[in-house]
Formats: sequence, structure tokens, C-alpha cells
Amino acid sequence: MAFFYESYDAAVIGAGHAGCEAALALARLGMKTIVFTVAMDSIAMMPCNPNIGGTSKGHLVRELDALGGEMGRNIDKTFIQSRMLNESKGPAVHSLRAQADKREYSQAMRKVLENTDNLTLKQAEITEIITNKSYDPKEWEGTEVNAAGEEHVIGVKTLSGGIYPCRCAVLCTGVYLKSRCIYGETEQFTGPNGLPSANHLTESLIKLGIEIFRFKTGTPARVDKRTIDFSKMEEQPGDAKIVPFSFENDPEKLQKDQVSCWLTYTNEETHRIIRENIDRSPLFNKSIKGTGPRYCPSIEDKVIRFADKERHQIFIEPEGNYTNEMYLSGMSSSMPEDVQIRMYRTLPGLEHAHIVRNAYAIEYDCINPMQLKASLEFKRIGGFFSAGQANGSSGYEEAAVQGIIAGINAAMKLKSKEPLVLKRSDAYIGVLIDDLVTKETNEPYRMMTSRAEYRLLLRQDNADLRLSKYGHDVGLLSDERYEKVVRKQEMIRQETERLASIHVGASKRINDFLTAHNSTPLNSGISLADLLRRSELKYSDIHEIDPDNIDIPYDVSEQVEINLKYEGYIKRQNAQVEQFKKLESKRIPDDIDYSDISSLRLEATQKLSKIRPESVGQAARISGVSPADISVLLVYLEQKKNADRTHN
Amino acid sequence: MRIYNEDTIAAIASGVTNSGISVIRVSGPDAISIVSRIFKGRIPLTEAESHTIHYGFICDGEKTIDEVLVLVMRAPKTYTREDVVEIDCHGGVLITRKVLETVLGAGARHAEPGEFTKRAFLNGRIDLSQAEAVMDIIGSTGNAALKQSVKQLRGSIKTEIERLRGIILDDVAYIEAALDDPEHISVDEYRETLEQHINSVTDDVSGLISSFDSGRIIKEGIDTVILGRPNVGKSTLLNNFAGEERAIVTDIAGTTRDLLEIPVSFGGIVLNITDTAGLRETDDPVEKIGVERARKKSENADLILYLIDGTGELSGQEIESVRSYVDKNLIVLINKNDVEGSISAADFARETGIDAIEISAKNKTGMNMLCERIKEMFFKGNILENEPVFVTNERHKNLLCESLESLKAAKNSLDSGMSEDFITIDLNAAYDTLGLIIGETPDEDLVNRIFEKFCMGK
Repeated sequence: MAFFYESYDAAVIGAGHAGCEAALALARLGMKTIVFTVAMDSIAMMPCNPNIGGTSKGHLVRELDALGGEMGRNIDKTFIQSRMLNESKGPAVHSLRAQADKREYSQAMRKVLENTDNLTLKQAEITEIITNKSYDPKEWEGTEVNAAGEEHVIGVKTLSGGIYPCRCAVLCTGVYLKSRCIYGETEQFTGPNGLPSANHLTESLIKLGIEIFRFKTGTPARVDKRTIDFSKMEEQPGDAKIVPFSFENDPEKLQKDQVSCWLTYTNEETHRIIRENIDRSPLFNKSIKGTGPRYCPSIEDKVIRFADKERHQIFIEPEGNYTNEMYLSGMSSSMPEDVQIRMYRTLPGLEHAHIVRNAYAIEYDCINPMQLKASLEFKRIGGFFSAGQANGSSGYEEAAVQGIIAGINAAMKLKSKEPLVLKRSDAYIGVLIDDLVTKETNEPYRMMTSRAEYRLLLRQDNADLRLSKYGHDVGLLSDERYEKVVRKQEMIRQETERLASIHVGASKRINDFLTAHNSTPLNSGISLADLLRRSELKYSDIHEIDPDNIDIPYDVSEQVEINLKYEGYIKRQNAQVEQFKKLESKRIPDDIDYSDISSLRLEATQKLSKIRPESVGQAARISGVSPADISVLLVYLEQKKNADRTHN
Repeated sequence: MRIYNEDTIAAIASGVTNSGISVIRVSGPDAISIVSRIFKGRIPLTEAESHTIHYGFICDGEKTIDEVLVLVMRAPKTYTREDVVEIDCHGGVLITRKVLETVLGAGARHAEPGEFTKRAFLNGRIDLSQAEAVMDIIGSTGNAALKQSVKQLRGSIKTEIERLRGIILDDVAYIEAALDDPEHISVDEYRETLEQHINSVTDDVSGLISSFDSGRIIKEGIDTVILGRPNVGKSTLLNNFAGEERAIVTDIAGTTRDLLEIPVSFGGIVLNITDTAGLRETDDPVEKIGVERARKKSENADLILYLIDGTGELSGQEIESVRSYVDKNLIVLINKNDVEGSISAADFARETGIDAIEISAKNKTGMNMLCERIKEMFFKGNILENEPVFVTNERHKNLLCESLESLKAAKNSLDSGMSEDFITIDLNAAYDTLGLIIGETPDEDLVNRIFEKFCMGK
């Protein structure tokens, strides 16, 4: 029996990393929001790796924080180890990664949700997205529904028949749609960790005309810490100096004792066991149909595909302070239990390991993200947004940033404002979403620094300078935080000018200083700015010979130093961005009829008609659209412009 | 909507010469019906299957113009991706023109230069570099230029650029993988390989750039000036090159008063030859201007052919005059070696230290030697034999120079110990710039260039 609940501005389906950010953004922007989850205990759960950040993912979290998201603050509250990766490389690829206490992370996020105004939590499985075209008139008798015009969301329905009228819905179903967990011959129709899967919503989506993919991912086993011999492994401690994820946190206040991770390796014996049992792997005997990620392969995948590699690195990471469970990073698998026990035990230090939870693969339904606009709203269904793993991405961080963008844009839609769309030259978030909605996704999408063309400009250290304005403009970032960024920007400018204006001569003191730092002594005067451009001198070194001897906050001097040191590269990247923006600013009219351009190749016509890119730049990134097609499109647009001009 | 005016065009496709067979190409939606109207054969062309040949006659009303073979090719598997008809008629300027006129009379429009190519390009049949090559063919004069253009059309520039981009892409991919997965992949040992690759790509790009001068010469010809005192046989030599009487030849010194530039094909290369007034002191105001122009012209010339009369005495003044050109591409020719007792090249070399070639402009001897010398001088002798890739297009050259800058910047970063993520910035820039040459990098300026190059109308 269907029955009506009170109505909401927005319903968020799922309370994982995407759902939490979407719901918080909506509620904080004043929208009356309800969040549905199949299990209240799974809010912001980390069902796989016990960490946040890493290469390029660390960038995403910092960008999210600059927009006013929660993940950065939440990991700062609950981390148990922190590292800056790639520190020997340039600043563009420095990446922050923190090990989380999984339970604390989940509980801290739940606390934030429960204490946010306008936000209601509800444990229920959503089975239907109701639109003005798909609703059952009998159920909605007495309610006015405008069935004419564009299709749009009018409500959602739960398994028990509860109807929640709402104007926006955000799909954040993660890996829960029709999920199936498999290892060896064992299969269970559940979500991760035995949680209930959501088995009905897919059908409703298909009825709405939405194309569904079936993807696969996997997780390694967890073992009991007491059964591991750490003396046979390399210790991986955290960094001495901890850098917070959130720009609002003071590094000094975050320093604390950290736990270690451990490194061990697979060996010939491991590989032999895998090879001998490969026919029992559901990935290889084809009982798994879903497409898995290439960059995050299972151990059996690695052994088969990189047969000449003698060993693979395996990191042993704690799941939290509350438990003895340890995560075996790099060794996800869907082998049968008996093979798992044998293969894990070949690793040095794991000879007597007790497996607490088996490794497994999980298959799930997700949508084809090319059906979405860059705002993450479905092109064909107004008010219906989608974010996270439901969009075919993978990873907590990728999910979270899509969540906040979908949440912001649902709120913008409700307020009749322009959506927030970040460009590839603005943020990794822009790259991620553009890739998802433009490029054909054949496997779960993971962020990588190599996907960002302008990464020297999109550093994790300047995410606040790049994005705070957007966060503040939409109303998510507080005035206080935004003003802090404006002040920082001003201090960077002043300090850069000051360094350029202060000159030091070729005195003995200065040259002794330079010699001591392995830097060429001076013959004539030079500005401090020019000295800082030398790769061997750091800002803190220059401080020794700075006559002003003023105290500049580290986050300011860091920017000054990067800007001066890499000025030439930054300039060149800026020039590349200008080039990129040319095609990006060539808008394609909404009403373009690609079948009208007879010179386009058939494949290009089909792809362009399906994806309907917003700019020529976006069109050029669609696979199957060649540069020749783009020149044809450009010529067409030019001719059309001329023709329109003549007509008017 | 078509992106160009959708009418049917026709032109002579084989060049207007007195060859055995001429080809008239017709392209457009009405190509088949237009030719069908003026063709008398076994079946109407409108019923012909695609890619079939038909024997018959082209008729203007009742009047038969020529006996022809007609090729019917239906879209899209044609050069322009439109319906195309080609008429093989008997060679000869008059008949060919007459057949074309008949086609035009039946409703086709005379094609603009390069218009078939424009359609092929706009219909996605060929890429920009191939289109450019076709335009170069249309504009080129000599055999070698044609070969080079045809080669480019087949994609030799493309192949070479693709190879270079492939090397860069592999390096970038390796570096990126390591940056994305620093715990599993290290680039620290890769720097040496990277350096080798950057050096080799840099060398190849530099090579392509320096081939531009040779390429330009192939395409546009060698600007050649014939110098010498009056009446040493300069005009006779020019006529030898040109194969017919162009310059006025008389025995009266100072006949050639003005500059006469004639492109000639000489052993497969093009010489743009300027015959000059004889170099002598003169009071005739008109001749004086001619002499002055000759000196000026020789300053900018690619090649100077200095002609000396072998039957006369070698004056100190003349030797001095020859010497003033030794910094340039100079070939001294001693004319009239057919006359007994004339100066030999060996004599001349002993006297002046400058190599010379003996010729007889009158008997046309020594010309092969001259040809070899010119090839040696401009192409180091290898152009026609080995046919390396030459850059003949200014746009390509500019883009190559731009990518060279990026490669140098990448090398600089490597040398100054910058980490790999900086090196990829410039490697990616080089990759994209090279892509612009072969149209693999999408480019907004492209559309402007198309409009320039093909004079796109309504």
C-alpha cells in the first residue's frame, strides 16, 4: 500500500561518501533534504582501503575542502597516519594520504550529518524514482502533477511503499545496486561486508530510459594483527610533520602519535599457487561478467598479465585503532577461500596469518555517465542527479567530489541559479567530471594525475586559492574562510613584491652563505626573488640573509617560493590553458542537428548526437570523434554563424 | 546542411599539354546526370553501376566531339566522396577544352583551383596535411616538387611526425605511470633513456626544419641569376635552359637590357632564371639601370651562374668581378669551349683558384655537368636518389620550430635536474604542436586556415 510522507526539496539515495557530501551541500544551502540508506551503520563506510587521499585523490579532497565539503575535515579528525607522497618530485605531484580509523571516520561523519539543520536520515531502500511522466495517477490522486513539458522528478518511493514527494533526487547508490559478492565458487547477493543490496531501483531506472552498466571491483583479505610477524617486513612510518587535508585546520594542532604500515612482497611460490588455481577464479572462468578496473587489478590479474614480474609489493595497513584487522593492500582477489589461505601465507611475515575476512569481488549496476550533463544532472530528466560509484567511478574521493557537485547543483536548480561547472583548467574535479560525462567509460574510473593536463596549476597546495571563490559564491564556504583566503592571496602578492625589491650585494657574508648552500657566489647585486629562483635555495634559507627578517606564515611563503621557482613552467602551462580555452569557449548551440552536417562521419554523428557536448572542446575529447570531424564541425558552425548573420 | 555550396564542378584533371590522353573530372550531386546528357554509349550513365568504365562519344547536340572512355564512380567511395565522373578523352589542347566546354554547357560549373581537394577535405576523405600537399602539387612547377608533394600526399610527413610523437608519448606514459604509482614504479633510473629519446627526437625535428630550405627550393625553385660581361652568351644559355627562343639574341653587346625571369625545369629541379644585362660600364641610361638591377638581383639569388667567354682574354677586372661572388653559391661557366684554343677550366682554376665548368652554350655541351653541380650544391647530391622527407610547407616549418623550442625546454629541465613532472610539461607541448601539423591536435585556428586556403564562399 502506497502512502505519502511529507515532501522535501531533495532526496539523496545513499549515504556513502558521495551521498554524505551531496546531502550536506544541499542542507547547508538551505534545502530541506532527506538521506536514504539501506543501513544506518554504513554511513560514510570505507568498505575497502583504510585511507583517504593518495596521488591525485589527495588533490580531490583538498579541492572538496576548498569548496566547503566535509571529507577533508573528517579525515583530519580521524586519521592515524599521514604521509605526503612524491615529495622528491615537483610540487604538482605531491599528494597527501592519510590512514583512517575506519570506525571513527564513519561515526564522525554520521555525527556531522545528524547535527546538520535541514537534514533528515532514514533507513530505507528506494525502489523507484517518480517523474511527472512515470507516476501512477491512482497513487497521486488529489495531488497536482504537471505531466506536460520536460520530464522531471516529483518523488521517490521506498520498498515499503512510502512516497516522498521531492523536486530533486540525487542517485548515490555506490556498489549497492543488485550487488553480488563472489570468491571462488561462493557467491552472496549482498552489498559489501554482508550489508543488504538494493535490488529494485535498477528496474525503475531502466524504465526511465537510463542505460545501465555492470561493473566489478574487489577487495583483499583482512588478517589478524596478532598472527603477523612484522619483523620480516619493512616498516612504513608516517611523516614527522603532518599536513592537514582541510585548509581550516592548523597543522600544529594536528600533530599526534601515528601507527605504521608495513611492506612485504609476493614471490614465485605465491604466483605458482595462483597460476595453478587460475581456473577456479571467477574472473577467469567468466562467472564474473562485470568490467573491473585495469589500474587496480586483483593479484591474479597482476600475476597473469605481468608474468615476467618476479614479485609484487604488498602493504599491510591497520583498519583502525579499534581493531586488530589489517588490510592487505595490493592483493585483492576473488580466489576460493582455500587458495586465498595458501597464497597469502606465502608472503614473508604472513606464514601463520589468520584471515578474519576473505577477499572478494563485487559486481554491481551503475549508470552510463555520458547521460549526464557536466552539472551531473541527467540530460533527459530534470532534477535527477547522479554521483559517485553509481556513475562508474571508483574510490571514496572520486565519489565525494561528485557528491558535493551534484548536491550544489541540485540546490542551484532548486534556487533557479546557474550550475557550478568546473573546467579542466580549474580543478581535478573538473577533469574527473568532464572525463566521466564525455569519454566512454569501459571500466570503473579512477582519478590519476596524468589525466590532468594542467597539473602544475592544479596543485594540492593551492586548491584553496583556486576554488574558495566558487565555494563562497554558491554559499557553502563561510565568509570567514573566504576572507582568510583573500588575505592569503594579498600576502602572497606583497611578499613576492618585497622579495623582488630587496637586493643583496656580492659581499663576503652573502657569498659565504651561498657557498654554504652549494650555490654560485655573486659578482654583482641580485634580488632575493632571483636568489629564490635558484633550485638549490629554499625560502627558509633566504630568510637567513633577509634584512627585513619578517615572519611569514608557511602557507604563504610556500606559494611565493613555488611561483618564483617555477615561473617559466607556470607561464607555459598558462599559455596552454589559453589555447585550451579557445575551443572550450566555442559553444555548440543546444538545438544543433548533427544529422544535418552531411560531411561528418557516421560514427561521429552518432556519438555527438548521443552525448550532445556543450562546447567544441568537449566534442574533441569524445572518443570516436576525430580531429577531421572537429574541423568539419568548426566549419559548419562558422558557416551557420555567417548564415544567421545574413538572415538577421 | 552541406558546409559548401552543393553544386557540380568540372575541370581538366590532367594538365593541359599535348599528351596522349586527357582527363576531365566532374564531381557533385549532378555529375552523373550531367555527363549522361552529353554521352552516347551502350547504356545511359545514370543506370551505370559504381566504379565501371563505359565506352562512347561526347556529343554537343548532334555534333560528336570526341571518342571517350567514361568512369562512373558513385559516392562515397570517390576522391571527393561525391558522385564523380571522369572522362578520358583524346589529348590535345583543343579537343580537351572542347569536351570541358560541353560538360560546362550541360550544367557543371568550372572548378576553382583546388576545389576538388577542398571537397575531399571537407568531406573527411583526406586530412589537412594531405590537402595541403595537393594544393602544393597544384602550385608546384618542377618534377622534384611534384614527387615531394605526391610523397607528402601519400603521407611521408605524417608517418615521420607520427613516429616522433610515438616516442614522446611512450616516455610521457612511463613517467606518468610512475608519478601516479610512486610506491610501485620508479623513474629514477629512466633519466638516461629519456635523455637519449629527447636528443634523438630533437635531432630529427631539427633535420626536418633544415630540410625546409631544400624543400622550399624543390617547391619554388632555385632563384638563379646569370651574370657575365656583355655578349658572352648569357641569353643563349638561358635559351638552352628554356628550350625555345625567349631572350632576344643578337651579336650586338647590350641587347638584354632588362631582367627576364623564367622558371625552367632542369634535370627535375626548377631554376627561376634571371638573365641580366651584361656587366659593364655604360653610358646608356636604360642599360645602366639594367646593370644596376642585375647586381641587386644577384645579391638575393640562391645561385649565380657567372659566364665567361673562353675565347677572350681574362682581364684582371673580370677575375675581380668573379671573386666578388665567391661567398655565394657560385658556378663559373666558361663558354665557347667548342672554339679552338679557348680557356680551359684547368687554366681558369690555376689562374684564380676557383673551379669552373666548360660549356658550349651554342652546342649545348657541358649541361649535364652543370646539372650535377647544382644538385650537389643544393641537395648534397642525394635528393632525387634517396628522397628523404622534405618539409615544403611554411606552416609545418613554423610548427616544427615551435616543437623544437619545447623539446629544448624539456632538455633544459632534464639537464638542470628538474623532476620528471616538469619535463612532461614541455614534452606534452611538443607532442601537441607536432599533432597540429598532421591535424591530430584539434585546433580552432584550423578553421581560419581552411577559409584562407580554400577561399570558402557561400
